[in-house]
Amino acid sequence: MNVTLVNFAYLVASVLFILGLKGLTHPRTAVRGNFFGALAMLLAVVVTLLDHRVVSLEYILYGLAAGALVGAVLALKIQMTAMPELVALFNSFGGSASVLVAGAALIESQTPTVQSTVATSISGIIGTITFWGSLVGLVKLREWVRGALRFPGQKAFNVLLTLGSVAAGALVVLEPSHTDMFWIMVALASLLGVLLVAPIGGADMPVVLAFLNSCSGLAAAATGFVLSNNVLIIAGSLVGASGLILTQIMCRAMNRSLGNVFFGGVGAVTDSASDDEVYAGKVKSTSAEEVAMLFETARRVVVVPGYGMAVAQAQHAVRDLANELEARGVEVEYAIHPVAGRMPGHMNVLLAEAEVAYDKLKEMDVINSSFEQTDVTLVIGANDVVNPLARVDDSGPIAGMPILDVDRSRTVVVIKRSLSPGFAGIPNPLFAADNTLMYFGSAKEAVLDLVAAVKEN
Amino acid sequence: METFVVALTVFALAVFVGFEIITKIPPTLHTPLMSGSNAISGITLIGAVLSAGSQHTTLTTALGVAAVFLATLNVVGGFLVTHRMLGMFKRRD
Repeated sequence: MNVTLVNFAYLVASVLFILGLKGLTHPRTAVRGNFFGALAMLLAVVVTLLDHRVVSLEYILYGLAAGALVGAVLALKIQMTAMPELVALFNSFGGSASVLVAGAALIESQTPTVQSTVATSISGIIGTITFWGSLVGLVKLREWVRGALRFPGQKAFNVLLTLGSVAAGALVVLEPSHTDMFWIMVALASLLGVLLVAPIGGADMPVVLAFLNSCSGLAAAATGFVLSNNVLIIAGSLVGASGLILTQIMCRAMNRSLGNVFFGGVGAVTDSASDDEVYAGKVKSTSAEEVAMLFETARRVVVVPGYGMAVAQAQHAVRDLANELEARGVEVEYAIHPVAGRMPGHMNVLLAEAEVAYDKLKEMDVINSSFEQTDVTLVIGANDVVNPLARVDDSGPIAGMPILDVDRSRTVVVIKRSLSPGFAGIPNPLFAADNTLMYFGSAKEAVLDLVAAVKEN
Repeated sequence: METFVVALTVFALAVFVGFEIITKIPPTLHTPLMSGSNAISGITLIGAVLSAGSQHTTLTTALGVAAVFLATLNVVGGFLVTHRMLGMFKRRD
């Protein structure tokens, strides 16, 4: 196919990518947006297959078929609770593909330009970090390995690794014929990718995933510079930009900087009160029957879901409870903290799966002012995001973090297995507050019991 | 140098377009936006096809085909799972 025609098709694809991504930012246009994106990809791939530089299709078609098959099976089989893991996995594949393409391009080109070799190095480093970072993230999300990998001098070692990768990348630029140096660079960046994400805990995963999402886009854009291909540059930088915005939103929701997430580490609890001081003699435990009675006189109930709801797969039970309450004339809404769960928007997807209408899901800024008019707030498996210490304690690990002001509602019922601390490792005075009742149990069974108790009344 | 400046221009403008169109994302759509944009980042598939198809050396073909597989998985899986998720988002009747 003629080069001009190919480039023209790439232009159409780029426009479709932009429209697609724009569509994804509104619920009413999102399905169409995603379709535009897929269409753009199809168009770009088809014209590339017809490009005169592609002399043999045989192996490509195998690769396409196998990739499409595995991808489709994963996408259709995955449970909604495992969405963060799937996105991490796909992300790692995208990153590694960019690295391989950059490597192959380096080997192919006899007299590469400086642009292409610099871009090769950048794509190699970013893509490799994306690959390993996402894989380590996956391991953490699945909890195959618990705890954080830390050792003395880790920060300095990471700096050394960064400098090492960049130096290797510079050697690739200076001496492109020594392709071994590219793989040495990849090896250094691999170690860096692992060590960067290994110390980060599960609750910080929303930030990490958003950031790596951005990186996968930037790696693709860098590969576009290697090949002087505009559609790669455009699509890649769009994703890079959207990932960065999402990262920023997540960081703001935790009142932490990106640097603090990667290098700060949580858990260095200094002088916060001990569990005993906060909880002793003040925690009131409750039962399904008692909560059902509270619901009976309630006019407005707010549900606050957290990671505990996801782990217990309690979203369907929660929906049943809300339906029961609504049938009795109670207004039910959901309060979603931006970093609830393990990836941005995790709770929204789970509740959507349980057929909860998305306009009942309220963001923090919208719902916070309404807690004072709320009769019962039901907290399910959330902890740090409802810890009132964030408002007052200016030295603790969650100081200044925006929280859901559930403690301002008339009664708070917290469903939780025990009084164990959340990710931040500090006790939560909410559990000992006068208007709080602790309903101990696993989220799913507890909510199912509640449904039964409400039905009985 | 000429091509570099052109490429850089395209890059800079695309980053701006990216920031401009994604100013306000409703939190409801954070996950689909991530998986959908993730699929778009699989655009590197284009480069993979070019490497795999140029038949330069066995090594580059192998690297290219591996990249085709990985990127296609990313693309197809990403768009499909996004579609599946978005199908679940319903408004109040």
